[in-house]
Amino acid sequence: MTEPLGKRIPAAPEPTVETVEYWQAADAHKLMIGRCHGCGEAYFYPRSRCPRCLSADTGLEQAEGSGTVYSYSIMRRAKIPYAIAYVTLAEGPTMMTNIVDCAIDHISIGMPVSLVFVESDGGSPVPVFKPAGEFAG
Amino acid sequence: MSIRNQACIAGIYEHPTRNAADISLAALHGDVIAGALADAGLDKGDVDGFFCDSDAPGLGALSMLDYLGMRVRHVEASESGGATYLSQVAHAAEAIAAGKMKVAVISMAGRPRADAAAGGVAPRPFPPSTPDLQFELPYGAELVNEYALAAMRHMYEYGTTAEQLAWVKVAASHHAQHNPLAMLPKVVTVEDVLGSPMIADPLHRMDCCIVSDGGGAIVVVSPDVAASLKQPVVKVLGHGEAVKHQNGGQIDLTFSAAAYSGADAFAEAGVTPSDIDYASIYDSFTITVITQLEDLGFCAKGDGGRFVADGGLISGVGRLPVNTDGGGLCNNHPGYRGGMTKIIEAVRQLRGQAAPQVQVKNCRLALAQAMGGSLGTRHAAATLILERH
Repeated sequence: MTEPLGKRIPAAPEPTVETVEYWQAADAHKLMIGRCHGCGEAYFYPRSRCPRCLSADTGLEQAEGSGTVYSYSIMRRAKIPYAIAYVTLAEGPTMMTNIVDCAIDHISIGMPVSLVFVESDGGSPVPVFKPAGEFAG
Repeated sequence: MSIRNQACIAGIYEHPTRNAADISLAALHGDVIAGALADAGLDKGDVDGFFCDSDAPGLGALSMLDYLGMRVRHVEASESGGATYLSQVAHAAEAIAAGKMKVAVISMAGRPRADAAAGGVAPRPFPPSTPDLQFELPYGAELVNEYALAAMRHMYEYGTTAEQLAWVKVAASHHAQHNPLAMLPKVVTVEDVLGSPMIADPLHRMDCCIVSDGGGAIVVVSPDVAASLKQPVVKVLGHGEAVKHQNGGQIDLTFSAAAYSGADAFAEAGVTPSDIDYASIYDSFTITVITQLEDLGFCAKGDGGRFVADGGLISGVGRLPVNTDGGGLCNNHPGYRGGMTKIIEAVRQLRGQAAPQVQVKNCRLALAQAMGGSLGTRHAAATLILERH
């Protein structure tokens, strides 16, 4: 199957008071990860305390936006089939996301991907990934 | 202090319904509690401990105790999804060992089919304060494609095949044909599984468990109470419980929290996987079984596919008889929670009360393993090791 993935509109994210800054950055098409100033850990999803050392001395840091596919699955039981995936970012953490702009059978584990944002259904845009390098286009 | 030999399972009951359109959630609890007490040969007045999960109607256990007209001195409403009841058996054993009670009822029930028929498709509610879901739900994350992420990675790392995954379902169907209450009693083949519609690659429809209404209950008692009862005694030998999660983004989908809970349970019981005569292994999806078999040490990590292939889990045929009631894949998966039925079938096997065609000969040691939540994101696991007296 070389059919392209359809254009699925993500549900609107529902921020808490703890994550407003993350989603405001997403409004400006920036992907942020958590960084602990105590132990240096880079982590995802962002939160106020470091999940490694429990320090509250943490902040957000912009990710460069490249990564590789750790795992993926094509959801067929949907009007528009879509690819859910875990992408391991260049900074280290792995995040859940979608793969877009790709033929269904071109997705593979280990494939390099790069960040793009797609509009959600009435909320902030969400970070997703498309094939990069020799896999692009 | 260990819970080894501190408590016994004296009563079990699996609700016969798989579609509870005419039975309320509270009534399902009443049915299974009465059934388990009758099985044990105990009365309501004997019960001094009550355990349920957060799906029980009302505020924790309070509404259920009111409904049942029950007075107890030990109450626990806890939540680790489908693994809840295995943990509660151990928690009951701890409370019994501490002298806090002598007779505990652990109850679970759910009616997702009836609820969906009454109000359309009802997604499971999550409070908006949940910290993680805002990073997952926008991407269309559901249980099935999250488990699929784990299955895909398992295939990539270890060469596990779709045919091997299918063998888990095939074994369940071979057992279910002997269970008159099983929702899907028809024997299926590997080809049937691979020919069923793809839901979320690599999981086909037949790689997924059923959705059913119903529930079950068990009665856990002190050894002195057990000595006076009619049913064969099943002793609690060991237990472990653990939670595995995304670890701040350091994600490894190739193993489950069963790696932790199983090690603790075997250490407490003082036995090894090769000693186990029968195993109930939580089977929300076929990959769930393969991953947990590896994590529990029934085979090496990565060898789960080969372990289950060619009838490896079929009673009387394979390496390890697993889910002889047909499991959640074919028999019953009430309320999206498979742990209760896992304990019940393990107790049946130890009592010699499984279906004759699947009864394990001279079954002395059984293991029950359950998970709650999602293998692909965060989940609890609990392991119980039980022994026939």
